[in-house]
Amino acid sequence: MSSTFFTASPQWRWFIITYFFLGGLAGGSYFLATLMARFGAERDRPLVRLGYLVAFPIVCVCGLVLTVDLGRPERFWHMLVQSHTFRPMLKTYSPMSSGAWVLLLFSGCAFLSFVATLAERGRPDWAIGRKLAPAAPLGRVVTGLGAILGLYLAGYTGVLLSVTNRPIWADTTLLGLTFLTSAASTSAALLILLGAWSGLSRDRLYRLERFDRSALVVEALAIAALVASLGRIATVWLNGWGVLLAVMILGGIALPLLLDWGRPAENRPAWIAPGLVLIGGLVLRMVLVLSSDRLS
Amino acid sequence: MPQPMGFFTDTTVCIGCKACEVACKEWNQLPARNGGVGILSGDSYDNTRQLDGIHWRHVKFIEQFSADRQDGRWLMMSDVCKHCAHAGCLEVCPTGAIIRTEFDTVVIQSDTCNGCRDCIGACPFGVIGVNPVSGTPQKCTLCYDRMKVGLEPACAKACPTKSINFGPIADLKEMARGRVGQLREAGENRAYLYGADETMLGGLNSFYLLVDKPEVYGLPPDPRLPSRNLEPSALWSTLGAVVLSIMGVFHFRERGSGPGRPEGVDV
Repeated sequence: MSSTFFTASPQWRWFIITYFFLGGLAGGSYFLATLMARFGAERDRPLVRLGYLVAFPIVCVCGLVLTVDLGRPERFWHMLVQSHTFRPMLKTYSPMSSGAWVLLLFSGCAFLSFVATLAERGRPDWAIGRKLAPAAPLGRVVTGLGAILGLYLAGYTGVLLSVTNRPIWADTTLLGLTFLTSAASTSAALLILLGAWSGLSRDRLYRLERFDRSALVVEALAIAALVASLGRIATVWLNGWGVLLAVMILGGIALPLLLDWGRPAENRPAWIAPGLVLIGGLVLRMVLVLSSDRLS
Repeated sequence: MPQPMGFFTDTTVCIGCKACEVACKEWNQLPARNGGVGILSGDSYDNTRQLDGIHWRHVKFIEQFSADRQDGRWLMMSDVCKHCAHAGCLEVCPTGAIIRTEFDTVVIQSDTCNGCRDCIGACPFGVIGVNPVSGTPQKCTLCYDRMKVGLEPACAKACPTKSINFGPIADLKEMARGRVGQLREAGENRAYLYGADETMLGGLNSFYLLVDKPEVYGLPPDPRLPSRNLEPSALWSTLGAVVLSIMGVFHFRERGSGPGRPEGVDV
């Protein structure tokens, strides 16, 4: 038996699952918005704006749920500042410590890009907003840094789980990769969904849909590699959790791929495939977090 | 400079009296579970079941009997935080609440801890749990407050059979090796030390004399630091980030001024 089965559960449950999911969406949306701003065309601008507009509110919710989950929420700042000396608190080798800093810094970038996006439409008409536009020099620095931090935010949560001694989590080193690829697929799905709801034509969403399909394929490969890396320990999923994971793979990856493969159906609502991808991303995190929690 | 201090627990002389559990609870003012309402576990004489935020000492009862009850033995063991030389909890703690003391022990400072619970999952022995009174993870401090004034920990003081031995680690190791030799001379060839050498997390400052496999006592056979997974996990994630970035550039790049999708698929 793996030594990880002799440990106790940190009881990270729904707040943490929510954080993992939303952190992936915030970081992923920002990353995709920056990629589209840098390499896309003018027709991608509405999606770029959507990416920056959703990243900041979502990351605010992330900070909130993380704080609420603490045993002593009023001490959330101890993650960043040493409470006895008031010096910065950072352990680069502790994913939770570095993650707290990345969350803070990413929130700053997300806020600046949020303001820039609002200012782009002149609401409010701030000069600083124009300087922070993705094409402006300062904006390029902010969005470039924010995109890297966004990727970190999307993936470090899986690394955080692996850097414990808990069953499943510490028995693989592929959770970070899995969360990252899932963040890419779910955030693309979110932007497609919001784009469709805001009236963007399928023509404008086409390239993002194509990216989402590729991300889903990579995500499926990452999940397969994760299960393989667990070896015999994967047998702990020969229960309801395994069924849920299989349903997630079929409903949240395979079905959206089949629905979108080739020529999109004209009479099918645009929200079905991205909706399934989003639900799948949440279920994936739920299975990975709670199936280990139950093994205490 | 004080010497590294710790426990050597000789499980062969433990009689399961739980005086250590009671002394620990009394000295550290730890609350009872369920407000003190007694609920029998049905698991031998063990009704506290585990180490956690309100049980910093835990006596395990292992019954090894044949089906006809004609042959068998009791194994009893008073378990506690191992105060590892390389401590997983200390490694991951993001607030600096977990410190190594001048006695080489590991202590959680409750006034600094914010209750993120990362240490609970990082501990290879599962000894840490949330104390509902403080709202933070807690565990054995090896009676740091008593050691500061030259007293031995409450559990060791209360142990009536000297199963729990407290002292400088070097002295305890010598004592433990002597005891293993004595038992083997007497025919108990299964006796060995768990955690006394540096191959296990740099050495456990609370180590044990056992007469069966570690798993039988609920101890991990191969405890390791959580940081073993940091580099490979980070590398895989970085690789994933590179792949996604290349994919993004490939899909989003502007290729001429033509339509964004192939001919014939307009909706």
